[in-house]
Amino acid sequence: MQFYSLPNLIRRGLRGHRDWTPAWRKAEPKPSYDVVIVGAGGHGLATAYYLAKLHGVTNVAVLERGWLGGGNIGRNTAIVRSNYLWDASAHIYEFSLKLWEGLSQELNYNVMFSQRGLLNIGHSEQEMRDLARRVGANQLNGIDAELLSTHEVSKLVPILNTSPHTRYPVLGGTLQRRGGVARHDAVAWGYARAADALGVDIVENCEVTGIRTANGRVTSLETTRGEIRAGAVGLVVAGNASVLASMAGIRLPIQSHPLQALVTEPLKPVFDPVVMSSAVHVYIHQTDRGELVLGAGIDAPVSYDLNGNFRIIEHVLAAVCELFPIFSRVRMLRQWAGTVDVCPDASPIISGTPIKGLFMNCGWGTGGFKATPGSGWVFAHTLAHQEPHPLNEPFSLDRFTTGALIDEHGAAAVAH
Amino acid sequence: MLLIPCPWCGPREDDEFTFGGEADIPRPADPDALTDEQWADYLFMRDNRRGRHREQWCHTAGCRRWFIVERDTVTNEILGASTYGNSS
Ligand SMILES: Cc1cc2nc3c(=O)[nH]c(=O)nc-3n(C[C@H](O)[C@H](O)[C@H](O)COP(=O)(O)OP(=O)(O)OC[C@H]3O[C@@H](n4cnc5c(N)ncnc54)[C@H](O)[C@@H]3O)c2cc1C
Ligand SMILES: [Zn+2]
Repeated sequence: MQFYSLPNLIRRGLRGHRDWTPAWRKAEPKPSYDVVIVGAGGHGLATAYYLAKLHGVTNVAVLERGWLGGGNIGRNTAIVRSNYLWDASAHIYEFSLKLWEGLSQELNYNVMFSQRGLLNIGHSEQEMRDLARRVGANQLNGIDAELLSTHEVSKLVPILNTSPHTRYPVLGGTLQRRGGVARHDAVAWGYARAADALGVDIVENCEVTGIRTANGRVTSLETTRGEIRAGAVGLVVAGNASVLASMAGIRLPIQSHPLQALVTEPLKPVFDPVVMSSAVHVYIHQTDRGELVLGAGIDAPVSYDLNGNFRIIEHVLAAVCELFPIFSRVRMLRQWAGTVDVCPDASPIISGTPIKGLFMNCGWGTGGFKATPGSGWVFAHTLAHQEPHPLNEPFSLDRFTTGALIDEHGAAAVAH
Repeated sequence: MLLIPCPWCGPREDDEFTFGGEADIPRPADPDALTDEQWADYLFMRDNRRGRHREQWCHTAGCRRWFIVERDTVTNEILGASTYGNSS
């Protein structure tokens, strides 16, 4: 791996930047691996990296149907935070946030993690009570969280319409100062480069079409580039989780929906934190380039369609213009959608399955980007030891049978 | 935007409707006899198919009746609609 540093940049610059090599190899699939990860999204690549780095498991392939980073890792709105309500979620998301804080150094790759703060605003008395409860729960779990008055919100984001005569009056908010955004593609590229350097094969244009088992144990995968034998398999395919699970005869409590986002033309910097409103279904932040990134809730029907319903756009823009009248004439540049894998309790599944050697990491729905480092870390542990780490034990598939759900709709449904 | 064919009112824009999830999931006839696994399957597990999907819709801002639509979940093409127990 070519180390990225200032001296290296200068040295290579003097040679005309002609001797940089690609950040990762285009690997050909081998007939057999100790561990095969399906899906080169953020979570799959992070899993491969930590398997090689922390567990010495380097005979690993990451199989990707399309191109690396073409899934939700390249489509999300990049928000990172850890202010979830329940202990199980607080622990895993906060663990992840701590990894984010050192990730650029860890990977020698600038993931542009920017802790610009994350503001949740509340519009009703009840919502403020719920937010206060969540702040209390966060503080008990050692997560930074503050409850703000309308005045404090207004000082933080002066362009927010906090007049009492609006359609959505702002009664206050919560702030996680350590929250923020990261450069989502860089996260995929950084993990891919670091995993590749440790010997992991990243195989693009390789779709998994079948899962073979013998005596209740996974033996190999059928792919568009031939059969690949595997000691253990980790399915990390986000919106297509049910499709892959059904190849092994497993049913999941997951429904796939389009989730859309939009971006505007660039503006001068006008506000710092990410602003989210669960009640009016909108969130917004300004990128380093000055564009506004806007998002909302999912399209209601189950769908793998990547266009998204126009009504969501109408709804998002109406809400943004109410909250930020200053943006009413800003033009949109692009809109897109990704397929998100939504669980009934808005929490992920990081778990073994009834088939030995077959593991799943899915159900992150609208909010898995922030968990990329932590998810990869615990899933690597799960694959290496064939049993969960204490951090992901509560996120088992059988919680839907035992009833031990982790209901994070308040913290996760609209806010991503 | 989808154009949903209500069997009673004809094709209407989707904002008149409420999506009601996967069809053909009958309420257990004898709930007391169900195991935890069977409950989990009934309550939470879904086929979530890529492709042909039978699903429930309610014409909330119209005749307010429930019915079944068949739709391709990749292309969003509507393949047919029917009332309960009476395919069309
Ligand atoms: C519009 C939008 C906004 C979002 N905003 C946020 C946010 O602000 N904050 C946040 O925390 N989260 C957010 N999310 C959610 C987040 O993006 C996802 O939870 C997360 O990226 C999913 O994990 P992943 O990166 O591994 O998925 P993906 O990048 O989707 O990776 C899965 C990969 O599996 C591949 N695959 C599928 N089927 C097969 C097959 N048969 N064979 C081989 N490969 C296959 C896919 O091609 C894909 O590359 C958002 C999502 C969307 C769509
Ligand atoms: Zn009708």
